[in-house]
Amino acid sequence: MKRFSAFNAVSLTLGFAFLYLPMIILVIYSFNASKLVTVWAGFSTRWYAELLQNEAFLDAAWVTIRVAVVSSTIATVLGTMAAYVLVRAGRFHGRTLFSGMIYAPLVMPEVITGLSLLLLFIGIGLDRGILTIILAHTTFSMCYVSVVVSSRLVSFDRSLEEAALDLGCTPFEAFRLVTLPIIAPAVISGWLLAFTLSLDDLVIASFTAGPSATTLPIKIFSAVRLGVSPEINALSTIMIGIVTLGVITASLVSKRASIRQQAEAQAAVRA
Amino acid sequence: MRRLTLIAIPYLWLLALFLVPFLIVLKISLSDTAIAIPPYTPTLDLSEGWAGFKAFLSQLDMENFTWLTQDDLYWKAYLSSVRIAFISTILTLIAGYPIAYAMARAAPEWRPTLLMLVILPFWTSFLIRVYAWMGILSNEGLLNSLLIQIGLISEPLTILNTNTAVYIGVVYTYLPFMILPIYSALEKMDDSLLEAAEDLGCSRLQAFWLVTVPLSKQGIIAGCFLVFIPVVGEFVIPSLLGGSGTLMIGKVLFEEFFNNRDWPVASAVAVILLLILIVPIVLFQRNEQKQREAEG
Repeated sequence: MKRFSAFNAVSLTLGFAFLYLPMIILVIYSFNASKLVTVWAGFSTRWYAELLQNEAFLDAAWVTIRVAVVSSTIATVLGTMAAYVLVRAGRFHGRTLFSGMIYAPLVMPEVITGLSLLLLFIGIGLDRGILTIILAHTTFSMCYVSVVVSSRLVSFDRSLEEAALDLGCTPFEAFRLVTLPIIAPAVISGWLLAFTLSLDDLVIASFTAGPSATTLPIKIFSAVRLGVSPEINALSTIMIGIVTLGVITASLVSKRASIRQQAEAQAAVRA
Repeated sequence: MRRLTLIAIPYLWLLALFLVPFLIVLKISLSDTAIAIPPYTPTLDLSEGWAGFKAFLSQLDMENFTWLTQDDLYWKAYLSSVRIAFISTILTLIAGYPIAYAMARAAPEWRPTLLMLVILPFWTSFLIRVYAWMGILSNEGLLNSLLIQIGLISEPLTILNTNTAVYIGVVYTYLPFMILPIYSALEKMDDSLLEAAEDLGCSRLQAFWLVTVPLSKQGIIAGCFLVFIPVVGEFVIPSLLGGSGTLMIGKVLFEEFFNNRDWPVASAVAVILLLILIVPIVLFQRNEQKQREAEG
C-alpha cells in the first residue's frame, strides 16, 4: 500500500500554489481600477473597455486567429500523412532523412527556425505577411502533429486495415473507414496542439511577420517590454479564461464519451 | 503511385521549409557583411553556370566564425547560456521531483485530476506566464510589498532584471516538462520493492535513495534534457525577466539580427548554437531509445 505522507501533501500544495498563484494574481489585478500594479483601488472593468477599443490589438488578434486556424489545419493534414508514412510505408529511399526532419524541429531553438525561414523567404523574394507566418507555423507544428498521431498509429491493430483491404476496400477507403476513425482522437489533439502552438508563438512569428501583419504575441511582447500594463492583464485574463473553458469542455466531452462506451460495452455483454 | 504521392507531399514540404532554409543559414554564415540588399556577399548567381558556382564557393570563408572566437561577447554569451540552462535545470529538478513523487503516491482516482492540473498551464500562453512574474518581482511588485509589510526587509529587493528572475521564470514555465517524465517513471514503480528494502533494514530515506531514485533515473534524465535543451536558446525569459547583465545566446542572436542587421554574424551565431546543442540532443535521443527498448 502506498503511503501518502505529510511531506507529499506539502509538496503538492506548494507545487500547485507556485503553478497557479501567478496567474490568479494576474486575473485579480486585471480588475484593478488603478494603473499601478501594487495599489488596489477597487473593482473595475475599465481595462477591458479600453482593450476592446484598441484597434491595433483587435487587428492583431484577428490575424493571430486566422493564422492559427489555417496553419493548424494544414499541419494536421501534413502531419497525419507524415505519421502514416513513418509508421506504415515501410522502407524507402531517404527514410532516415525524413524521420530526422520530423524530429529535428521539435528540438531546434526557435530563434534558428525563425532566422532560417526568414532568410529563405527573402531569398525567394516572398513578401513577409500572413502567408509567410502560416508557412512557418505549419512547418514546425506538423512535426508535433506527426509525433502525436504516429504514437497512436503504432499502438493500433494493423489486421483491421488488412481485413478492410481483403473485403474489397481501396487503400484510401480503408484509411477513411477504418484507420481514420480509430486515430481520430490523436488527430484532434494534434490539431489542438498545433493551434495552441501557433497562437502562442512569438519568436518565429517575429522573424516571419512583415509590417502588413502583426500577431497578438508580437503586440503583447512590445507592450510588456517596458513594464506591466493593465490592458495586457485584461487581455491575459481573457486568454486564460478561453483556455480554461476549452480544457474543461474537452475533458467533460471525453468523460461522457468514455461513459457511453462503457454503457455500450455492458449492453453488448448483456445481449 | 499513391504511396509515392503520400510520401512526396510531406517530404517535399519539409525539404523546402526546413532543410533548405537551414542550408541557407549555413551558407550566409560563411558570407561577408555588405551594405546591399540582401546585406551580404556573395550571392549565388546560377546564370553563369558552373564557373559562377566556383567563383561563389571561393568567396566563402570562415571569417565570421573567427570573428566570433575573438569577440568576448559571444564566448561569454554561449558560456552563460549553458550555465544558466544548467543551473535552472537543477533547480527545476529539485522543485519538480517532490511534486512528481507526491503525484505518484496519491490515490489512483486523484491522479488524472492532478495530471490535468500539471498540464493545464502548458496550454496557456508561454508569454503570459512569463509576463505574470514581472508584476510580482518588480521593485514595487507584490513580493516586495508583501515582504516589507511583514517587516522582513525594509528596502525592496532587486529581483526583476537579474539572473534570479530568469531562474524563477525558467522553473515556473518548464516545471511540467520535468514533472511529467518523472511521474510516469515513478508511477510504474512496484511498491513491494520499497517494502523489501525496508524489511532488509533500510531506513525510509535509504530506501528512497537506493530504490526509488535509481528506478526513476530514466524519467530524471528525460526531464532534465527537456528543460536544458530549449532553455539554452531561450529568448522570451531573458528579455522580459533578465537584465542587461543576463547574457543569453538566443537574445544576442535576436538583437544581432534585428538591431544590428548583421545577417552573416547572426547566422554564424545560430550555427554554433546548434553545434553546442547537438551533443545533448543525441544523448536525449539515446535515452528515449533505451526507454523504448526497455518497454518494448
